[in-house]
Amino acid sequence: MTISTEQQPFRHRRRPLSERMLDQGFRLLVTALACSVGIILLWILRIIVQESLPAIGEFGTSFLTTSAWDPVSNQYGAFTAIYGTLVSSLLALVIAVPLGVGTAIFITENLIPKRISSLIGLMVELLAAIPSVVLGLWAIFVMEPAIRPALSWLHTSLGWLPFFDTEPQGPGMAPAILILVVMILPIITAISRDALQQVPGELRQAAYGIGTTRWGAICQVILPAAISGIMGGVMLSLGRAMGETMAVTMIIGNSNNFSLSLLAPGNTIASMIANQFGEADGSQVSSLMYASLVLMLLTLVVNIFAQWIVRKLSLRYQ
Amino acid sequence: MVPSSGLRFRPSLPRNLWNALMTTLVAIAAVVAVLPLVLVLAYVLIKGGQLISLQLFTELPPAPGMPGGGIGNAVIGTVLVTGIAAALAVPIGVGGGIYLAEFAQGGRIARALKVFVRFGTNVLSGVPSIICGVFIYALIVKTRLLFGQSYSGLAGGMALAVLMLPTIIKTTDEGLKLVPNELRWGAIGVGASKFTTVMKITLPAAFTPIATGVVLGIARAAGETAPLIFTALFSNYWPWPETILSGDTGVLERLSQLKDPLLNPVASMSVLIFNFASTPYPDLQSLAWAASFILVVMILGANLLARWLGRFAAR
Repeated sequence: MTISTEQQPFRHRRRPLSERMLDQGFRLLVTALACSVGIILLWILRIIVQESLPAIGEFGTSFLTTSAWDPVSNQYGAFTAIYGTLVSSLLALVIAVPLGVGTAIFITENLIPKRISSLIGLMVELLAAIPSVVLGLWAIFVMEPAIRPALSWLHTSLGWLPFFDTEPQGPGMAPAILILVVMILPIITAISRDALQQVPGELRQAAYGIGTTRWGAICQVILPAAISGIMGGVMLSLGRAMGETMAVTMIIGNSNNFSLSLLAPGNTIASMIANQFGEADGSQVSSLMYASLVLMLLTLVVNIFAQWIVRKLSLRYQ
Repeated sequence: MVPSSGLRFRPSLPRNLWNALMTTLVAIAAVVAVLPLVLVLAYVLIKGGQLISLQLFTELPPAPGMPGGGIGNAVIGTVLVTGIAAALAVPIGVGGGIYLAEFAQGGRIARALKVFVRFGTNVLSGVPSIICGVFIYALIVKTRLLFGQSYSGLAGGMALAVLMLPTIIKTTDEGLKLVPNELRWGAIGVGASKFTTVMKITLPAAFTPIATGVVLGIARAAGETAPLIFTALFSNYWPWPETILSGDTGVLERLSQLKDPLLNPVASMSVLIFNFASTPYPDLQSLAWAASFILVVMILGANLLARWLGRFAAR
């Protein structure tokens, strides 16, 4: 048998038009879908800026530094809420970071059998899945009554400090901070655990090889190597804590009277929006939009800083 | 002289004391971290579990101060609004993920677009959920953009969709990146088009991680409250009029009533918990605990399902 020379077994086959159209159409479609994320983000910014323009024009930067919130005389200032947002999320971070990083070390550094450590990891991840409104319900009816004696004790023994100089009476800043700790703990733990697990085994072995102890290795070798991931997780959870709405709204007391005391009711930007937006109108809506803009910019800065810090601090081992 | 004790473990050495102290501290940290989950779960399961009955699913919330009643409308409403959100966010998110993983190579424009989309995804996932609600309120509810209706299930679904979108894009992107390149080369080698390669080869190969991410995203959205309080609002009635099942109205009219919840306020379990928790009526408060029970069981169930999916795929 011979192959005739006219036959070209590998002749170039042009793709049919329909196939090329389908390919191009598909490419265009997924490109458009991908772009929609960025467009939605810009759209959110645009809408919020546009809606807050009247308030920005009326109050300017004094909105950020005054704490009047008076719908009757149309005077608005968000200082109490901005202060509450910053204080509650930073204090929650101060409590949650040692606990979260400690838990992550506990479950990654072979201190306990693998079975138990993965069980703890699973439980912390499930804690992250509990809706914040359920945590808020729990905080109102279970946590707050349970910790009130401790808060009263703080007031009676440390009442001379401005931070504890009011009588605790139910909802307030302190319970809100504690529920924020519960909410951001899983994020810090999960991200720290991932960062610690990614530290190359050679580093650990080398540290043990030159005779250090377990905690010598953890403090001087492993934690510095994982610090970029851990810091990124901390910043992400700070952003989450600032924007956290439901649990905080349910337990913080929603008072716009400025008070240094952590035992007094307070407000955060998110809780103020959740509480007042429904029945607001006119310049109050615009003021709440202005507050939303402040909140959005705060979380934006924190999140971008988180991404930057991960890139800046990450060590390369290659 | 070499001290003979040099190789023996001496617990009283400063460094060994330090080790013991630090180990104890992190053990305490772990216990404290797990404690809230145990306490919350215990309370929700015990307090809410006692209240579970068939009546809970078949009746409407009672008037304040009245005993009994159920949360049937909120259960249906949560499923409905989350379903709308998934129907909007899953196609967009999976498409965006396909773009990032499969198409965003090559030219300078493609690379710039990729950075834009990645950055947008990261930032959007950090936008507080209340902002999503405020955005949809200003865009749709206030302007009555959707057929002249203000608060509606569709608006609620859109707010949740904005929230879910980044999760779905990220998991699709990461799932597709796990597919070995040999599969793509093989498909292109036998003459498949890009469309066929993605639809028949890479997407099915990455099905499990994507499904896991989608399930987790839906579970998270089902528990969200903040985006719903100014968009879907709440309703004390069933999403559909009761005559839709057994009324004497015509079939066409009943079919057209199917769209009612899309354009009217819809109840949801999360908003119900928020509203009822702040009322002084013990009966409404216990309905809030019951709703928490159903919500937590649903969400933890979805999480365990996603985890099982992941393990099933690894095998």
